Amino acid sequence: MRPFTYARAATEDEAVAACTDGAAYLGGGTNLVDLMRLGVAEPARLVDVAHLGHDRIERRADGGLRIGAAVTNGDLAADRTVRAEFPLLAQAVLAGASGQIRNLATVGGNLLQRTRCAYFQDVTKPCNKREPGSGCPAREGEHRNLAILGHSAGCVATHPSDMAVALAALDAEVRVRGREGTRTIPFGDLHRLPGTAPERDTCLEPGDLITAVEVPPLRMPSRFRKARERASFAFALVSIAAALRTDVPGGTVTDVRIALGGVAHRPWRARRAEERLRGARASGEAFLRAAEAELEAAEPLRDNGYKVPLARNLIVRTLSGLVAP
Amino acid sequence: MNSVPADGPDPVRAEITLTVNGSEHRLGIDTRASLLDTLREDLGLTGAKKGCDHGQCGACTVLLDGRRVNACLALAVAHDGADVVTVEGLARDGRPTRLQEAFLAHDALQCGYCTPGQLCSATAVLDELGRGLPSAATPDPAAEPVPDDAEIRERMSGNLCRCGAYAGIVAAVREAARA
Amino acid sequence: MTDRLEGWEKVTGAARYAYEYPLENVAYLAAVQATVARGEILAVDAEAALGMPGVLAVLSGGNAPRLAPVDDGELAVLQSRRVAYRGQFVAAVIAETPETAAEAARHVRVEYAPEAADVLLRADHEGLYAPEKVNGGFPADTESGDPDAAFAASAVRVDATYTTPAEHNNPMEPHTTVALWEDDGTLVLYDSNQGPSAVQSTLAEVFGLEPAQVRVISEHVGGGFGSKGTPRPNVVLAAMAARVTGRPVKFAVPRRQMWATTGYRTPTIQRVRLGAGLDGRLDAVIHEVVAQTSAVREFAEQAAVPARMMYRAANRRTRHRIVRLDVPSPSWMRAPGETPGMFALESAMDELAVLTGVDPVELRVRNDAPEDPESGLPFSSRNLVACLREGAARFGWDARDPRPGVRREGRTLLGTGVAAATYPASTRPGEAVARAEPDGTFTVRVAAADIGTGARTALAVIAADALKTDLGKVRMEIGDSRLPRAVVAGGSAGTSSWGTAVVRACEALLVRLNGEIPPEGVEARASTADEVRSRQKYARHAFGAHFAEVAVDLDTGEVRVPRMLGVFAAGRIINPKAARSQFVGGMTMGIGMALLEESIMDEAFGDHVNRDLAQYHVPTCADIRKIDAVWVPEADPHLNPMGAKGIGEIGIVGAAAAIANAVHHATGARFRDLPITPARVLAEL
Repeated sequence: MRPFTYARAATEDEAVAACTDGAAYLGGGTNLVDLMRLGVAEPARLVDVAHLGHDRIERRADGGLRIGAAVTNGDLAADRTVRAEFPLLAQAVLAGASGQIRNLATVGGNLLQRTRCAYFQDVTKPCNKREPGSGCPAREGEHRNLAILGHSAGCVATHPSDMAVALAALDAEVRVRGREGTRTIPFGDLHRLPGTAPERDTCLEPGDLITAVEVPPLRMPSRFRKARERASFAFALVSIAAALRTDVPGGTVTDVRIALGGVAHRPWRARRAEERLRGARASGEAFLRAAEAELEAAEPLRDNGYKVPLARNLIVRTLSGLVAP
Repeated sequence: MNSVPADGPDPVRAEITLTVNGSEHRLGIDTRASLLDTLREDLGLTGAKKGCDHGQCGACTVLLDGRRVNACLALAVAHDGADVVTVEGLARDGRPTRLQEAFLAHDALQCGYCTPGQLCSATAVLDELGRGLPSAATPDPAAEPVPDDAEIRERMSGNLCRCGAYAGIVAAVREAARA
Repeated sequence: MTDRLEGWEKVTGAARYAYEYPLENVAYLAAVQATVARGEILAVDAEAALGMPGVLAVLSGGNAPRLAPVDDGELAVLQSRRVAYRGQFVAAVIAETPETAAEAARHVRVEYAPEAADVLLRADHEGLYAPEKVNGGFPADTESGDPDAAFAASAVRVDATYTTPAEHNNPMEPHTTVALWEDDGTLVLYDSNQGPSAVQSTLAEVFGLEPAQVRVISEHVGGGFGSKGTPRPNVVLAAMAARVTGRPVKFAVPRRQMWATTGYRTPTIQRVRLGAGLDGRLDAVIHEVVAQTSAVREFAEQAAVPARMMYRAANRRTRHRIVRLDVPSPSWMRAPGETPGMFALESAMDELAVLTGVDPVELRVRNDAPEDPESGLPFSSRNLVACLREGAARFGWDARDPRPGVRREGRTLLGTGVAAATYPASTRPGEAVARAEPDGTFTVRVAAADIGTGARTALAVIAADALKTDLGKVRMEIGDSRLPRAVVAGGSAGTSSWGTAVVRACEALLVRLNGEIPPEGVEARASTADEVRSRQKYARHAFGAHFAEVAVDLDTGEVRVPRMLGVFAAGRIINPKAARSQFVGGMTMGIGMALLEESIMDEAFGDHVNRDLAQYHVPTCADIRKIDAVWVPEADPHLNPMGAKGIGEIGIVGAAAAIANAVHHATGARFRDLPITPARVLAEL
C-alpha cells in the first residue's frame, strides 16, 4: 500500500477542500482499503468523511427517507422504518457481504464500490477500467459472473452492490456536494454503462461527495432476491429488487418497479419490462413476456449465458410472489 | 480538521489512542496499518487472526465500539479514540463467557484459527438478536427474528471455518442464545 | 467424550500460532511473484525498493544464498532464472514493518523473456505419460483379467467421463514461518506445518545442516488439509531472509499468493467403465485418470487407486497418466486420490444403479469385496455393508422412491443420494518418550502436529489408557522437532503411527516403574520401526457411506444440502467428540467440493483467476444445515495397539458423489463435472 496522509474532515466544506488531486474519500473503507492493499487504488491522501454528521436516517415530509451517506449498512438494515416500509431495501442490504462488513460499510461507499471482476483486481493483468487502453481480458477469459447487458467491447464488468439494486427500483436520488456546490442526481443517472470510458463507474466529478440518498415513499409490496452459488456471504449471480401494485388482488398492474443486479455495469432498471406490465393483467404469463422483452437486449458472453434464464426466472418468481405472497 | 501531514513517499506516522479490552493505549502507527496489525504487532494481542487480510474470512473479527467488524479492513488511523474488544477481552477474571463454554462443550472448533473471530462474531450475534435486528434469514424483515438455526447460520456466515466446525458453532450459539 | 486439551487456550486467544511468538527485533518479508507463466528472468531491479526507508534487503536469484538441491523443486527458492509457473516466488523484500515490506515488493521490477506456456489439462495432451509411481507409492497401472472383453460383453455398461477442477486447501491460517538463526548456527523455525520432524530434516538438507541444527516449533497449527504436509517455499524463503539480514524474519504467505505457492488438488479427467450383469453384479471395472503436475515437481494424484479395492469384479484395469504443465505444483489435499477418484467411481455406481434398477445401497452391498480384489489379501476388517445398512436405516432410505425428478415442493426439487467412502488405514514407524514424574504425573513426548484433528487430546487419551492412569495426570508435549521423531499428520496415519509409539513407550515405562519414582523421574523411549515393518500382511482400510438430501431451486439452479449423514467404520474411535468433528469437517469440505469449489485456470495468463476467498467459495455456516456423522462398532486386531483407523480424510471421500447422485435423483440430470453450480444446473433444467 502506498503511503498516504490522513485527514479527518469535520465539515463538508473541509472535506471537499481537502479532496484535491490524488486524494480519496474514506467512508467505512471496506472496498477502498481492500483495493489499496491490492495496489488497485493508490491515493496519496485519505479524507475521512465518516464524521460529517451524515450518519442519520430522517423521515421526509412526503413519507420518504433521507439516508445519510455515512449511515452504515448495518444501521440501515436495522432501521424500523426501512424494515417496515422499504422491505426490499432492508433485504438487499442484509443480502450483502457479512454482518461484520455491514457494520463498517457506509451507504455512500456502497454505491461507489468497484467491480469485483478478477482482472480489475489484479494489477499484473490488463484492465481498461483500471488502466484505460490496456485491454479487457475478461471478454475472452473468465467472465462467468460478468455482464450480459449493456457491456462494451472494452469492459464487461458488473456493479457488485445489492443495495444499489434496491435503490434503483425505489427511484431514489443521490445528494452530492461538489466543488461547485450541491446537486441532486436521479439514481438511474449515477452509475454509467462502460461504453468507451469504463474507467468511469459513475457520473461523479473529482471532489464530489455523496452526502445522502433520498428515497421517495414506496407504498406497495416489494421484495429483493439474490441468486448465488454459496448460501451466504457471496456476490450475486443475479439479483432483483421489485415492487408491484395492482388495482385489485390479481387485477391490473398499476405500478411496477424492477431492477436487476449482477447483469450490467450498473444496477439495471428493467424499464422495458415495466412498460409491458403497466396496465396489463398481473399473471405469470404476463411476467414471463415482460421478462423476455427486457432480456431481448441481452448479449451473453461465452460462459455467462445462464444469467439470461436466471434473470428471467427471478423476474417471474419475484413478481408472482408479490401478487400472491 | 485533524490532519496528518504528507512527507513524500515515506511512511506517514500518526498518533492514536485506542482502548483495548478496557486498557487505554497511546500508539504511534503507520497510517497504512490496519487495526488488525496494530493489535497483533504493536499490542501483542494476537487473538484476532489474519486469515485473508481482505475482509473475506472473518478471522480478524473484533468488537469496535460495541459492534463486530473485520479488523483487517479498518485502518487504525481512522479509529482514533475507539473502544475495541478482542477475544482476549471476552472472559473476565479467567471466567469463561457462556459462549466460550458452549464452544468447548459442542466442540465448535478444531484448528482454532477462526475461533477468536467466531467468538467475537457470536458475541455480537447474541446482542443483535437481543436487539431484534433482522438478517437475510428473517422471513419478514419488519418482524422480530426468532433465534432458530437458520438465523444463527446466516448471521455466522461472515466467519469461515475450513475445518468445518459449523454444526458445533451453531449448537453453541443456539445454547448461549437460549441461556 | 473428551474436550480438547488446548480448548481453553483456543477460545481465549492464548494459543500461539507460528506468527505470534513474541520476538525482539523482527523484520517482515513480502514476496514478489512471477508475472509470466514460463520464461527466463533477465533482470531484477531492486533499486526503487532498496531506496525506501525501512527496507533491509531485497533477495532475488542474483544474491540469494545457494541451497542444496532436494527432490522437491519447489524448495529451490530463488535458485534459478527459469520461471516454472506464474506466481512462483522470484524475489523478496525484507523490511522493518509489514506495510513497508509489502509496498517495497510492489516496486521490485523483474524483467522476463517470456515463453509460450502450456497450462491447460486435456485428456488428449501429447505430453501425457505414465509416472513410475503415483502418490502413496502405488504403481501407475494395474490390470487383471480381460477388462475390455468383459466390458464389451456385459449386459449393462456405464461408460462416462467425470471431471473435477483444481481445488485449493485454504487452511484458515496461511502458511507461516518465523525464522531466526542463533549465534551457534542453529536455525529456529516457528512454522505452520503438519510435521515438525519432516520440516527439520528437509530444511537441514536444503541449508546443509545437521538435523540437530534445525529446530521447528509448531505448537498450534491453523489447519493444513495436506497443504502443510511438505515444507513449502515460504519456510525456505524466511530462513534465507533471516540469514541474510541477521534478524528474525516473519512471513505469512498472503492469501492470494497461496494459490500458486502452497499446493492444490490437481484437476482430473476420469473415464470410468463399469460392466455388469442385469442384477448389477460387476464383471468389469476400468478407471483411467488424467491429471497434471508442474515443471518443478512430479505429483501424481492416485485417483484410480480406490477402484483397485472397492468392489469385486473379475476383470479390472486402472491407469494414471499425468502431464507436466507450466502451472503451480499440485500436491496433497485432503484424501488425495480417493477424493476425486471416488467422486467418479461412486457417480458411475449410481449410474449403474439407475440402468439396472437395483437400489444404490443394494448395488454396493451386492458388489462388496470379500477380499482385496487385486492383491487377494484379506481385509483386516471391512464393514462397508454395515455402514450402508446403518445409514439407510437412520436416513430413512427404505422409503425412497427411486424415480428421478418427481419430488417437488413449490419451486424446489428434492432428491436423495448415497455414495460409499474408503481410505487406507496406515501406520508408519516413529518414536515416543514417556516419562513418570516424581509428583505422580506423566509426560509423553512425540513430535506430532495437531492441525485441528484433536491429536494432542487423542494421544493423551491413548497414553492415559496405556499407563492405566487418569487423563488429568498426562501432560502431552507435541509440535516440536526436538521431541521424538514423528511422521507428518497426513494420510490419516498420524494418530495410528504416533499412538503406536506412545503406547509402546508407556508400556516400556510401566515395566520400569516399581514403587517410588526417583527425583529425576523415570523415562522410557520406544521406536516402532520393527513392529510396523513386521506386521502381518492385510488390506487395511476404513469404510463409510454418505447419505445426502438436496434441494434444487428450479428458477435459480441453486443447490442446497438440507440434510447429510455419514456412517463410518474406522476401528475403535478414540475420542468420539473430536472424531465426530473430523468426520463432519470432511463432509463439509465435500459439500464445498460438490457445489462450490473451483480454481479457474486462466488460459491466457497461466494462473488461477479467482485467488481469494470471495471468489473461491468454501462453504459458509449457512451452507451446512442438518449434518451428522456416526460410526459402527468395529474391532480390528490387525491395526495397531489402539485398534484405530485414521479418520482425518475419509469424511470427504465420496461426499461429493452422494450429493451429485442426489442432484440426479432430484432433477433427472446427471452432473459429471464439479462443481454443480447454478450455471450448470440451469443448463439442464
